[in-house]
Amino acid sequence: MSTTLRDILDKLLGRQPASAKTARDRLQLVLAHDRSDLSPELLDQMRREIFEVVAKYVDIDLDEGEVSLETEDRMTALVANLPIKRCQAKKPSSSNESSLPPKEQKATLTPKQESPLPPKEQESLLPIKETE
Amino acid sequence: MAPTTRTILICSGKGGVGKTTLTANLGIALARLGVNTVVLDADFGLRNLDLLLGLENRIVYTAQEVLAENCRLDQALVKHKQEPNLSLLPAGNPRMLEWLKPEDMQRIAAMLADQFDYVLIDCPAGIEDGFKNAVAAAKEAIVITTPEVSAVRDADRVIGLLNTHGVKPVQLVLNRVRPKMMANQEMLAADDVTDILALPLLGLVLEDEQVIVSTNRGEPLTLSNSKTPAARAYANIARRLQGEDIPLIDPAKEGLGLRDKMWRLMQTKIF
Repeated sequence: MSTTLRDILDKLLGRQPASAKTARDRLQLVLAHDRSDLSPELLDQMRREIFEVVAKYVDIDLDEGEVSLETEDRMTALVANLPIKRCQAKKPSSSNESSLPPKEQKATLTPKQESPLPPKEQESLLPIKETE
Repeated sequence: MAPTTRTILICSGKGGVGKTTLTANLGIALARLGVNTVVLDADFGLRNLDLLLGLENRIVYTAQEVLAENCRLDQALVKHKQEPNLSLLPAGNPRMLEWLKPEDMQRIAAMLADQFDYVLIDCPAGIEDGFKNAVAAAKEAIVITTPEVSAVRDADRVIGLLNTHGVKPVQLVLNRVRPKMMANQEMLAADDVTDILALPLLGLVLEDEQVIVSTNRGEPLTLSNSKTPAARAYANIARRLQGEDIPLIDPAKEGLGLRDKMWRLMQTKIF
């Protein structure tokens, strides 16, 4: 986001920021939900289930992780940002999926701190088609 | 028969943002450019286009009687007194016994397309049956909104529905713009609205008290050679529809006093 003289003045004087930006932010959020036709409860349920599935394989930071809808140019995307706590992979509880030896699993996952990738690339972007 | 007839739906979702005013002014402006234009009031429950055009006392028949073959189309069309290139057709009257269906609107729009260069359909507010009827008859659309969160949100819903009905192109008119508030960043900027709705801007209409005066009289602003901001904006929209390349006004340049210049300096991005 860019900063203007006005923003600085507002901060110095302790004034409320101009309302146009608030309007824009609120609209973008509400439209992302309108366009996806997902209720907040369903979105929350989906978020929990996504966490559960990922947590089966790796240790993720549940407090830092977030799943949200973002919208741009009439395209809505499901954006999940799930920071990985430990490099060591968990053994999935349903053991039939883990046929790989532990060493190889370890190599496919990078710990958050030493990640060579910028944070953006850790996100998974899933575009959502409009449902009307 | 006019094979190049443009059938344009004028819609907004939210009520009271200026659909009917735009339809009336655009109809007159197009007629003054010499193109044969008809405005169809698809809002038969609460019709008002006749009132804005000053034709409320001259309506005898409606599209409903034409469809029932109780009268001919030319008997139902009301020609504007000062601007004979413009005709009005109300879809129905509020007391009608049977609601129209989407196929009825398609039939009436096809009949009008045979005789006119432009068919402008004034859409009712909302996204229920009235909207579905009107959208069935439309080929392209103009979505009108104001720079307010509720109007933009409703416009977004309507744009989604227009997409699913295959109506295109869809263009945007931003109404009731207050340059001072925009300069103070207390009103959504035109770019904000076009970015959010992802539509090209066909016109930008400044807030103008003369609009109320003209509706009081039943004489749309574009009828006289009025040079008020809204009158100019409506006339420019008509010329852009006709393919003329007329630049949009920049709301930031509308006020050029010292105060306004100060405000523009204040909103310059410094980092």
